[in-house]
Amino acid sequence: MAIKGRPEPAPGLLRRLDALARAAFPAATTALLMVLVAAPVGLPSALPAVTLACVFFWSLFRPAAMSPVVCFVLGLLQDLLTFSPLGIGVFTMLVVHGLVLRLRRLLARQSFLLVWLSFAGFAAGAALLGFVLQAVLNWRLPAFWPALVQFVLCVGFYPALAAMLTPLHKAMQRAEDLA
Amino acid sequence: MIRLSIPLRQALSRLSLPVLVALAFGTMLIGKADTLLVERARMALSDTLAPIYAVVAEPLGAVRDAVQEAHALWAIRAENLRLREENERLHRWQAAALSLDAENALLRRQLNVIPEAPTSLRTARVVADAGGTYARAVLLALAPGVEIRKGQVALDERGLAGRVTEVGSRSARVLLVTDMNSRIPVTLEGSRARAILSGTNGDNPRLQHWPEGTRPQEGERVVTSAEASVFPAGLPVGTVHWTEGGTAEVQLFARLDRLDVLRIFDFGLSGILPPESVARPEPRPRR
Repeated sequence: MAIKGRPEPAPGLLRRLDALARAAFPAATTALLMVLVAAPVGLPSALPAVTLACVFFWSLFRPAAMSPVVCFVLGLLQDLLTFSPLGIGVFTMLVVHGLVLRLRRLLARQSFLLVWLSFAGFAAGAALLGFVLQAVLNWRLPAFWPALVQFVLCVGFYPALAAMLTPLHKAMQRAEDLA
Repeated sequence: MIRLSIPLRQALSRLSLPVLVALAFGTMLIGKADTLLVERARMALSDTLAPIYAVVAEPLGAVRDAVQEAHALWAIRAENLRLREENERLHRWQAAALSLDAENALLRRQLNVIPEAPTSLRTARVVADAGGTYARAVLLALAPGVEIRKGQVALDERGLAGRVTEVGSRSARVLLVTDMNSRIPVTLEGSRARAILSGTNGDNPRLQHWPEGTRPQEGERVVTSAEASVFPAGLPVGTVHWTEGGTAEVQLFARLDRLDVLRIFDFGLSGILPPESVARPEPRPRR
């Protein structure tokens, strides 16, 4: 948003780098976070929860930086890092991304609590979708517990992640407003 | 960067999601059809990430070590308690073993031993320190009906504590071996030499009157002797310790500063004359 009366500065190299960094930041941090979470530490894997929360958050607040392609890559990364059948994460992320984009106008203005609640809905849907897809792909009914655990982890992780990502998002917004 | 016209870009962005969803189904199919490829992709990713994990593992390992350390520290308390209990038990066993050992040695030296009379035992709670005529004595509370006689031997869970000196209907006083008035015949377990354990009102009573030529050894176990038929032989008393001043003291097994329950043994011995008979000796029968 350029203030009227001030000439738009020419896009220099640094400026372009800055914009590029800002555009790449959500995807890069999400990927990094996924890799770190997938590190073998002896804890139950929170990888799907982190991926889902990040994709949800960035799709909601910064859809320009979380394009469908990025979602696809992140989903693929999740599938490769975990040992679930390939494609489940990809599909889930794309569906979540598409749905969030549809509901974006409605959700972006709501309070944190409502966003969290809606995220819980998304998490439940994602867990169910994963369950169904696994059942179909393996042609065998998987255990019910992992899906439930994943759902609980998703819902539990979201506030922490949001608390971490919201200041970053705000800072980027401020930088964009200044530019 | 390729410059595209705005309508084309919009159309592309609108199309990208369905196309990618279709691609997602494609990946599912590939995952089902060619498991080897998926496996190879996974391994390639793992190979790429392995250095990162190696770097990450260092601080994580440190954190895990710290957590384990904290756990261990926390567990030390319980462990300590357990060990103390076990130590207590082992002390008892050690006393038992050593006294059995000594007894065994004794029996080996002289066969045809007449077994000692079986002992009976009462336990009594210590309710007060000191009081009475003695500086080092404790008062025991007795349940009514518990019969205790003067001269019976009091042991705590580790060793000899003292002797019953006064008996009431509900209480009894035990003269501890540390009291100045206490003189107890003891045996040095190593050399079988007799000596007298005399209290000083201090924490460690002294050894006196050992026979010439058998100097008590540092750390030697001291047990009671049956010499004056007040004590049975072989009750654990303590270990010899030479002070810097050159006196032989005995470090007691019994913890006299924290007595709570004493075991009062009746060994059926009557070495102590009742005070009445001491005060008024019976006249010698005339011939």
